[in-house]
Amino acid sequence: MSEFEAVIGIECHVELKTDAKMFCGCPNTFGGEPNTNVCPVCLGLPGALPVPNARAIEHMLRAGLAFDAEIPAFSKFDRKNYFYPDMPKDYQISQYDMPLTQGGAVRYWLADGTLKVCRLTRIHLEEDTGKSTHAGSSDGRIAGSTFSLIDFNRAGVPLMECVSEPELHGADEAVAYLEALRRTLLALGVSDVKMEEGSLRCDANISIRPRGSRELGTKTEIKNMNSFRSVHRAIESEIARQIALIERGERVTQETRGWDEARGVSVSMRSKEEAHDYRYFPDPDLTPLSVAPARVEELRAQMPERPWQQFERYTGEYGLSVTQATQLIDAPALAGYFDRVVAIAGNARAATNFVLGDLSRLANERSVAVAESAVAPEHLAELIALVEAKQINSKIAKELLERMWDGAGSPRAIVEREGLSQTSDPAAVAALVDGVLAAHPAVVAEYRAGKVNVAGFLVGNVMKASRGKADPALVQELVKQRLG
Amino acid sequence: MSDAAARSATAIAADVQAGRVSAREITEKALARVAAVEPRVGAYLTVLDAAARAAADRVDACIRAGERLPLAGVPLAIKDNMALAGSRTTAASKILADWVAPYTATAVARLLAAGAIPIGKANLDEFAMGSSCENSALGTTRNPYDLERVPGGSSGGSAAAVAAGEATIALGSDTGGSIREPAAFCNVVGFKPTYGRVSRYGLIAFASSLDQIGPLAHTVADAALVYDAIAGGDPMDATSLDRPVEPASARLRDDLRGCKIGIVRQFDTQTLGDDVDAVYRRAYRDLEALGAELVEVTLPTADYGLATYYLIAPAECSSNLARFDGVRYGLRVDADDVREMYARTRAAGFGPEVKRRILIGTYALSSGYYDAYYVRAQKARTLIARDFERAFQSCDLIAAPAASCPAFRFNAKSDPYSMYLMDYYTIPMSLAGLPALSVPCGWVTPDGSTRPMPLGLQLCGPLFSEPLLLGAAHAYESATGHARAHRPALDEAVDHV
Ligand SMILES: [Zn+2]
Repeated sequence: MSEFEAVIGIECHVELKTDAKMFCGCPNTFGGEPNTNVCPVCLGLPGALPVPNARAIEHMLRAGLAFDAEIPAFSKFDRKNYFYPDMPKDYQISQYDMPLTQGGAVRYWLADGTLKVCRLTRIHLEEDTGKSTHAGSSDGRIAGSTFSLIDFNRAGVPLMECVSEPELHGADEAVAYLEALRRTLLALGVSDVKMEEGSLRCDANISIRPRGSRELGTKTEIKNMNSFRSVHRAIESEIARQIALIERGERVTQETRGWDEARGVSVSMRSKEEAHDYRYFPDPDLTPLSVAPARVEELRAQMPERPWQQFERYTGEYGLSVTQATQLIDAPALAGYFDRVVAIAGNARAATNFVLGDLSRLANERSVAVAESAVAPEHLAELIALVEAKQINSKIAKELLERMWDGAGSPRAIVEREGLSQTSDPAAVAALVDGVLAAHPAVVAEYRAGKVNVAGFLVGNVMKASRGKADPALVQELVKQRLG
Repeated sequence: MSDAAARSATAIAADVQAGRVSAREITEKALARVAAVEPRVGAYLTVLDAAARAAADRVDACIRAGERLPLAGVPLAIKDNMALAGSRTTAASKILADWVAPYTATAVARLLAAGAIPIGKANLDEFAMGSSCENSALGTTRNPYDLERVPGGSSGGSAAAVAAGEATIALGSDTGGSIREPAAFCNVVGFKPTYGRVSRYGLIAFASSLDQIGPLAHTVADAALVYDAIAGGDPMDATSLDRPVEPASARLRDDLRGCKIGIVRQFDTQTLGDDVDAVYRRAYRDLEALGAELVEVTLPTADYGLATYYLIAPAECSSNLARFDGVRYGLRVDADDVREMYARTRAAGFGPEVKRRILIGTYALSSGYYDAYYVRAQKARTLIARDFERAFQSCDLIAAPAASCPAFRFNAKSDPYSMYLMDYYTIPMSLAGLPALSVPCGWVTPDGSTRPMPLGLQLCGPLFSEPLLLGAAHAYESATGHARAHRPALDEAVDHV
């Protein structure tokens, strides 16, 4: 264990999923020919005015409630003033001191199942900028480029900024935090949260301090991480770089560093932070927002189960492993299917084994999602009940499941129709056992001479004689009894 | 006046509707009038010959098809800070000198839909910042009543166009008096509706929380007609008010019986000189003669109006005008990097008054000064609005001067502060968001001149009192008829040539 502790805060920008952009009617879609999803408003043409998108505001309220934030009765939009070529108005409509939600926390879990909490400094709503492409330089960077092209398709897309407190202590926690954030927003349907398409972008503020210290060290900001994997690598690399600096007796400089995924290193982008004065003031083009408490309560009541609650249910109540629980939570349709099976069958362990085992294997082989397969949750629950009641054994159950996948319907009906019920009548099984023993006197003699592993051969023959329907445990017991 | 454009909008629309004259004929006469007087007046930055004729033909087709258009064939001047699709829209700034708007402002679109004919884009102080039209970077507009004098501002081109008969009606925008003051200077009616009554969509912003579009016209009835056509909520402007609009044209009246009119104690007209004082005293007496009861009201915080306005308006303008950066449209002065390009573009593109206000506003919003300036100004604004609320508990309307003097000569107000003082009587109403208008109320002959110049009486009402306000102004206008006492200086020449 290192003598240093990392202190990390994560700043995320999440594009909200809405039909239209934040302040105009242009479609909010990813990609497209440059400058095709634009209008006077999102191009910031003279005289154009913003009109807020009610859907985006509702998304924010729902996200806030999911993170247990406060929803104040009043909120407003402010202008953040700075010159930037990608930003059509040279100010960004954002929220300064009265965001739609206040406080809140992200609850996340680690690989060992520990549930943790990271408080949020703020969540607010703003508009996205356009995107520049720098041309004329050899590497596409601005240095050496002779001109830049700007695509405003993204300008004005609703953007949620979400800043965590510096309460994460390592790459694992940071990524687990991001995963929880992503799962929550996905569950709410407020964003696609795709790092590769830029609908989730994040920067990490990282510092280290001697373990046990309460003071914060000098932080660096890491940018340009384009996947959770690269977030993990970048944070580990930065912690190691800072520790090495300190151990060499040097200092960490406050700076912004860009992560180079290909080379696996971060590179200093700018060391002296420009002292920006954004001259925030309330946007006079937009009236203050009032949020009716009744609406908040309505949204709260409609709040779906949050991922951390689901995790607690799966690992606590149902006894699933962290991996199983996580696997289900990350596959919402499968989890919904699983929950229905459990609700009917009442046997979470058996449901887990079927859903994550045989059924998922079948889904893989046939390239059809479990939830979309012909196996209705009611039928799987029936199958579980049949096994539980020892009416069929697991071998028959596997066979039945394949037939159900192919559309055979209710397993109970099949069992009844085809007489597949397991033979658990001791007298009937005993007769079969006696028959097999009588047919193999040499094997019985071997057993009695001490070669006890030949019992398996005898048990197998009894099962065969029952055409697989005998209760294997009962067969085992009777064979041993007769031989002993 | 013999020109079609100088007749009332009501009369023109009735004639066109009845087929007695075509919109095209009216338009040709208006364009001929523009050609005759424009070299001396300079009201327009762009004359929309082709667009005007095309609009006129469309209106005539609609009339033939049996449509009813309340402003059929009425020649319209549009202040050049309002977008009209396909037309150059400059805000009288070098930075937008060649910008062609790809869309049309809501208020403009509503007038065109009502049958108005866009004759031209009228001059203004650059980005509507000024009180004389002298801050236009693209042209000089002269007062039709004395070509040596300014038309007022910032809607100077709109006021001059109507006064000179180059349009029957005009759209202006008023931020601190920019419709009312030029209306007073040019002997026309100028009306600023309640903030939010008319959509600002397509109006190039100066100070978003104060800007309001309104009409300029020869008569109160015409102003009411335009107001009725442009008022009402707009889904494209979040600050526009979505409450029903009572047509003001139906509420025009001939007396002021039962109307209490407040005279503001702080607005002592004696300080304006004997001539001007006499005009306003007479105006107040005339209101009384029409049946109004005059009461004294106080606006204790009105004196802070100017200071308050000159923090809030520049603060908003410093942000609103940031977009003119040379990146996407308008002027660009190239440089080696984008920062330098911004600096050179804005240095070359903005005039001195615009730069001064951007600097004042940037300073007022800066960290460390924000609370002392911007926040305080907002508090003062609230107090001023409360003063009006209190005053309107004892009166229905307030009467006041529309400007502190008649139109002055070019370059007479060389320091910015004396120019700012021109709006002393109009700014408090703007800060309170109230509807207010200027109606011609008499003439004075300035020292060293032989030409009488007009003065305007300002009437102001509570929020949403437009019908009451226009109705009262109509009564005063009908009874006094000051506007008809003198004719524009250019008509003598034109009429007799
Ligand atoms: Zn748009």
